[in-house]
Parts: sequence; structure tokens; C-alpha cells
Amino acid sequence: MSDYTLNKLKAPRLLYWGIFLFLGFLILIGLASSAYMEHEGHYVTGMNNQIVWGLPHIFAVTLIVIASGVLNIASMSSAFNKKLYKPLAPLSALFAIAFLIAGLIILVLDLGRPDRLIVAMTTYNFKSIFAWNIFLYSGFFVILAVYIWSMLDFNVNRFSSLVGKIAFGWRIILTTGTGSIFGFLVAREAYSTAVLAPLFIVMSLLYGTAVFYLLLRVISRLQSIDIPDEITKNIRRLMIIFLLANIYFLILYHITNLYISKQIAVESFILLNGGGYTTMFWLGQVGLGLVIPLLYEMTNDEGRSFGLTITSLMVLVGGFFAVAVIIIGGQAFPLNIFPDHIILESSFYDNVIHSYTPSIFEFGLGVGGTSLALIIILILITNLKFIPVKK
Amino acid sequence: MNNRRHFLVKSASALTMTFIVPSLLSSNAQAKKPLDQKVTDKKSWGMHIDVDKCADGCTACVDACNEENGLTGFGRPETDSQWIRKIKIKDKTTEKITTMPMLCQHCENPPCCDVCPTGASFRRVDGIVMVNQHTCIGCRYCMMACPFKARSFVHETLSTQNTNAPRGKGCVESCNLCVNRIDHGSETTACEDACIKAGHNAITFGDLKDSNSKVRLAIESNSPRRLRDDLNLKQKVFYSNI
Repeated sequence: MSDYTLNKLKAPRLLYWGIFLFLGFLILIGLASSAYMEHEGHYVTGMNNQIVWGLPHIFAVTLIVIASGVLNIASMSSAFNKKLYKPLAPLSALFAIAFLIAGLIILVLDLGRPDRLIVAMTTYNFKSIFAWNIFLYSGFFVILAVYIWSMLDFNVNRFSSLVGKIAFGWRIILTTGTGSIFGFLVAREAYSTAVLAPLFIVMSLLYGTAVFYLLLRVISRLQSIDIPDEITKNIRRLMIIFLLANIYFLILYHITNLYISKQIAVESFILLNGGGYTTMFWLGQVGLGLVIPLLYEMTNDEGRSFGLTITSLMVLVGGFFAVAVIIIGGQAFPLNIFPDHIILESSFYDNVIHSYTPSIFEFGLGVGGTSLALIIILILITNLKFIPVKK
Repeated sequence: MNNRRHFLVKSASALTMTFIVPSLLSSNAQAKKPLDQKVTDKKSWGMHIDVDKCADGCTACVDACNEENGLTGFGRPETDSQWIRKIKIKDKTTEKITTMPMLCQHCENPPCCDVCPTGASFRRVDGIVMVNQHTCIGCRYCMMACPFKARSFVHETLSTQNTNAPRGKGCVESCNLCVNRIDHGSETTACEDACIKAGHNAITFGDLKDSNSKVRLAIESNSPRRLRDDLNLKQKVFYSNI
């Protein structure tokens, strides 16, 4: 793809408006869900004083992890000087901005007091990893905007490599920050480990690559262009590497926990007797999200775009389960307030596995937020020149 | 010219007498009230709970806390606020069964305050850990961080509130050691009063820095322990005979 030019998306008009209105409808559902939850209070959700973070957080964390990961393609071009990916780099950075906005919007709209966003933006406790993340996210947004500008404007194009390297470094720190939201929680056995930071980084690399490929497929369909075989082959190779890295860090995380006596109870909860959480872990996170895609990609011929599409979808669904197991599974297991005792009775559910059934409103907010990312992408690639086409 | 000068002088004097002098006088007068005094580290509030004295089935402390802070509930136990709760535990080795109240442990190194992005969760210099209801954004990260499950999120619209315990829908709340009482000069909490009234005397509250305070004497004579001492949070709530 050495001889290319960037162009606007030229999708059939009817199809464009169909997608636009559908996504807009889902966004309205998301806004209505959020408004209802805020008006009534969070008791209408499945979340409670035991499971304090629920489905909106699964959506938000997944989207933020994806936001960091979809920048892979741009990073390969700018930070690692892979010329093959250069035409796709602006698109990759655009995806990153869109998913970041979507993830953050969901987080904000799930707050107990979203109207106090200005407080969160002006009053900081610098010991909080959450406060750092506010800087990391807003900084990432600015860096990505400058990065896209430097790639698209010929006058400042000479800076794009430098800004790309900064963006690469920033996204690694950003995902470290996202993982550390959980890693810094000393109270909960499932979290409280530094391994979560690199685990989140490899998750972002995997899910981001999968999402990038899926969106590239959709765009190529809309534009009626083919994705070059070389791109498909390279993305497939990247996927295999990231799948292996994910499996490695996941095993490391669980082996470490299994080695620490006080962590064994929570490990057996996730791995053996956690009911739905154990099922989500083995079938969703491990089976669908890691092992089957890896086996498929390692045993099939290179450059099969349909196969890679299916693999990417499986990785994405598995990734959603992975984040669910981390967020909900980690909270469902009761706190170990009395290591030497058994809790017989409590009015506050101290002695039971906490239950969580997400409400339709949380789902609406999550889907609405995700649609926001997609509509941002749709609007921008239709009105600005992001799509590489052969000259 | 003179008239104008007189007018200006008189007007200025009248304004001074009407607005400035009273405000000076009143601030002087109010300075003697505890509410106008800055919180200092001269006192360190703490609590001792003797679980052997805590009666099984008694909920006097819980009821008193609910009344003091207007925690009425909505009949939905999973989302209703609980600032203090009763727990029954069994020792894994000795099989001794004890019942005890659980509340915010008022850590010296509170994880809730560490993680709070806006600093709404804060620890006063006198040791009370509480939530600023004006800057809490309702992210619930403090609830994720608390090792004692001491915090509740206000899940519903509140129609009636006690003026001494302002609460807010969408904010997190927890035991604040009856801070309103303390700032008005009291040295007891609602739960302690109720426990004494019920005749159990399991809860003792007071100034840990005062060597003659009843809480200090209770701690010195019982050699109590902190929950999850391994976390090194240095809580101000101590338990004896667990």
C-alpha cells in the first residue's frame, strides 16, 4: 500500500443514514437509561452495596482498554516504523479517541452525581489512582488529537513520528493506570496485585487489535474495497502473539494467587466453585476469548480474512467476559474481614457470595455508550479524509 | 460643602454601626462555640468494643444510629444504608461464638481516603474519617477499597433527613462517630449511649489521647486488637475478647 491517498468514506447514502439513525437510536436509549437511573437512584440497577460496580463498568473498562489497544496499528507505524501500517495510522488514532470518549461517558453517566463532573475535574486527591487516571485520559485525548493533526497536515507531518512515540508511551502508562484501579485495592483478594497492570496492557493489545480489524472489515465493506492480504496476515500474526501474551499473564496471575495461602479461597471461587463466574471464566474468558481463537489461528492458513473476523469477534466477546470476571467476580467474593473466624450472621451480607443481576438500564447505558464510539467514527470518517485508497 | 461632609461622615458611621460592628461582635461571641473552633489534633477520637459484653439479638446500637442519622431505609436491604451492623462470628479454632457491632473503623491510614479521586473521603486531624457530601461524586471507589465494608451508597431519593446528619442521593456515606455531637462539645456517640442504656456497656467511646478517658482505660485494661491488623491501617476502633 505504498501508493495511496486518504479519502472520505463513500458509503451508499441510504446505508449511511440507516447506520447513523440506528446508532443514534441506541445512544438515545443510553441517555434515557442514564437519566432514569439518576432520577430514580441506583436502586433500579442491579448494583447494590455489595456489588458497587456493575455492567456499566464492564462496558466502560472494556472500551477504555480497547481505546488504548486500537492505537496498536498507529504505534506500529510511528513507534516501530512499520511502513505497512502507515496508511491506517490516522484511522487507528481516530478509533482510540472515539472509544476513549465512549468509555469515559459511560463511567461519568453511572456516577451517583454526574452533575458534579466539574468537581472531579477541579478537585484532586493526588494519592488516588482514579485522579491520576483523569489526567491520563484527558492527556491521552490531547495527544491523540495532536497525533492525528500531525499525520493529516502536511505542514506538521515531520512531528508525527515523535508524537506517535509519545502516544505509545502514554497508552502504556494509561493502561497501567486502568489496571492499577484494581491492582491498588488491598482489601479485595482478587485484586491487590501488580500483575493486573501488565495483564490489562496485554488485554488492551489483544482486544484493540481485534476491534481494529473488525472495524476495518466493516469500512472495507462500506467502501467496497479489499483489505490487502499483507495487512490481514500481519494482523493475524499480531493476534497470535497477543493471545499468547494474554494466556501467559493470566496463568501468572492465577499461579501467583494459588501460591499465596490467603488467596486460595478466592482462586477456588473463580476457578472451581463460583457458579456463573467460573463458567464465565472457563467458557467465556479462556475458551471463547483465548484458547479457541489461538488454536484456530495457529492451525489455519495465513491471510484468511473471514477466519480472522470470526476470531476477532470471539476475542471481543471473551474479552467482555474477562472484564466481567475481574470486576464482578472480584466483588462477589465476600471480604475477608475476619481471617480467623467464620461469619455466621450479618444483616449486610458479609457471609454470602454476593449476587448481581444487571438491569436493562445498565445494559442500555453500556450499549448507548458503545454506539457513541461508533457514531463518532462514522461521522468523522464520512466528513474527513481517513480512509486509505489506492491512487 | 460642610453639609455634604457631615452627610458622608454620618452615613459611613451608620453603615459601620449597622453592618460591621455587629458582625465583629457576633463573631467574637460565636468564637466560644465549639462549631467555630477549628478541629485540632489535641483529641483523637476512638472506640473500644468488648465483644463479651455485646448481647446476641440486641440491636440497640444499630437502632440508635439509624435514629440519630435518619437512616430510615426503603425495605430493600441490599441497597439500604447501614452505618453500623451486628455480626455473629465463630472462631475457626476455639469455635467460640461472638456477636459484635461493625462500623467504620476510622483508620489512621484509610484506604477509602487514599482512593477517593476528589478528596471527598477525608480524615480529620482528630481521627474521624468521613465523607464530604458536597464533593462526593458517587464513584464508589471508596466502597471497593474499604476492607470492612463499612460504607453505603445512597441508592434512592431521600425525602426526610435529620438536620444534624445531611445525606445525599448518589453519594457515599458511613459512620462519622456522631461528628455533629462531637463538634457541639459532646463526648459520646449515639451507639455508645444506647449500649449503656441497654445495660451492656460493650461500646466505649472517647478521647484516646486523654489518659483518664474511659476509652483509654478500657483499652489499657483489656489489651484489645484491631481487625485485619495485617493491613497496618491503624484503626481507631478496637475489639476485645474476639
